[in-house]
Amino acid sequence: MIRDITLGQYYQTESLIHRLDPRVKLAGTLIYVITLFFYKNFVGYALAIFFLATVIRLSKVPFKFMVRGMKSILFLLMITVLFNLFLTPGTPVFTLWKLSITKEGTSLAVSMALRLSLLVIGSSLMTLTTTPNNLTDGMEKGLGFLKIFKVPVHEVAMMMSIALRFIPILLEETDKIMKAQMARGADFESGKLIARAKAMVPLLVPLFISAFRRANDLAMAMEARCYRGGEGRTKMKPLKYRGRDYIAYLILFLFMFGSIWLGRLTLPMLMVG
Amino acid sequence: MSIEIEHLNYIYGDETAMAVKALDDVTLTIPDGQFLGIIGHTGSGKSTLMQHLNGLLKGSSGRILFDGQDIYEKGYQLKDLRRQVGLVFQYPEHQLFEIDVFSDVCFGPKNLGLPKEEIEERAKRALESVGLSEDYYHQSPFDLSGGQKRRVAIAGVLAMEPKVLILDEPTAGLDPQGREEILTLIKKLQTESHMTILLVSHSMEDVAEYVDRILVMNRGRIFLDGTPKEVFAHYKELEEVGLACPQVTYVMHDLKEAGFTVDVDATTVEEAKRSILQALSLA
Repeated sequence: MIRDITLGQYYQTESLIHRLDPRVKLAGTLIYVITLFFYKNFVGYALAIFFLATVIRLSKVPFKFMVRGMKSILFLLMITVLFNLFLTPGTPVFTLWKLSITKEGTSLAVSMALRLSLLVIGSSLMTLTTTPNNLTDGMEKGLGFLKIFKVPVHEVAMMMSIALRFIPILLEETDKIMKAQMARGADFESGKLIARAKAMVPLLVPLFISAFRRANDLAMAMEARCYRGGEGRTKMKPLKYRGRDYIAYLILFLFMFGSIWLGRLTLPMLMVG
Repeated sequence: MSIEIEHLNYIYGDETAMAVKALDDVTLTIPDGQFLGIIGHTGSGKSTLMQHLNGLLKGSSGRILFDGQDIYEKGYQLKDLRRQVGLVFQYPEHQLFEIDVFSDVCFGPKNLGLPKEEIEERAKRALESVGLSEDYYHQSPFDLSGGQKRRVAIAGVLAMEPKVLILDEPTAGLDPQGREEILTLIKKLQTESHMTILLVSHSMEDVAEYVDRILVMNRGRIFLDGTPKEVFAHYKELEEVGLACPQVTYVMHDLKEAGFTVDVDATTVEEAKRSILQALSLA
């Protein structure tokens, strides 16, 4: 039933990308996303596609997992394409009643669609190849410098990893309570909007109570093992850069400067907008 | 109402790499009014089987007949089935949600669409049968003790007045006294209200004293089926699948080996006592 929802997006396999330090992947995703906004011609996009395709290949994650992430933004993508297609002023190539498709509009729509898809696929690649725990570890260490500005980096990272860990547990709990109430004749599936919202009460009240109980137990268990925040806390597996991580950084910067330089050249016929 | 299960199979995560066969060709007949204990360790399929009997899970193949009617047949009303088969989940107190005990117990009968007087009548009867007096009616269920909460939750199912009552580990996490109370209550429901009762548990000790018949599940299959005495005779095999017989079974077997003429079929402490005293007076 509810357990069929796939929320954890990590794809378990053994690959070079999986083994990279999470900080490299975080920085890489950030750099990649930013460069996408610098391109002025399609050569830049071609480079980005090539770069992404190579990384996907190296990560050994099947392509259909990337496309799965695309489904969620399909609606947004269509609206963006339609608006750009019809509402960009310029030389019309095709006119339908009062709306006309312009040459500029077409190229803008294509570039927008490319940018959005590359953005989503690129960032989902990061979550697909990094376990949630690694991700928060990477964030904690990578953003450690923010501590100078009194940002509670460790606490935020800890909250994130606990929240992620609780998702499957709460889903299972929801499933259980739902079944228990259904056995008492509760109906979650039919009725009008208000009736359905009301039907959620027997599900939500026990769920909240159990979430609070679990949170309480966890806090106690952590304190019983002397947890007192990030101050002076050591790690069992500290993050450490290796040779491959430095090489990855080098490739990233080469990609960033190279593709921005090429992507901003003025090339006739290949310009965006 | 009699229950017949024919060649029931159920596979979790069908069509994925992680498919697990939770029920494997289960065939079983439960006559009206029987008190059946279903035993098995974690993951043996006992809870899965239980959810099938209420229509919450649907078998991958096989049939389930209630009073001769196939519940998987087109047009069969699962709502009617749930009205007749009460299901008490593990830690049922986790499903309480209303502001007071009385309205929580009313939730089930209210869902059946009964008139108000009937609902209240049933709730009162159910609370009475679990031994909660009127003083508790308007207390918040969250202020009660663990054992009391559990009794409220069981009353919530009883108020639907089912003909079959299925309980999943109703004594888990209770102290010995609470355990005794719950099990006595369940036995009373069978003898006085003539309900068919299915008790799921992993403790032989719990069920030995109360049930008419024991069904041992292992890896989704029926491993043993018979009266407590018949099942406990296989105590060596039970150990192999990670289950233990009541301690008296072991004591009696050891005594027999040591040369005493005791009855190895004794399943309760009382029976064992009688048998030992008899053997001693003969000696």
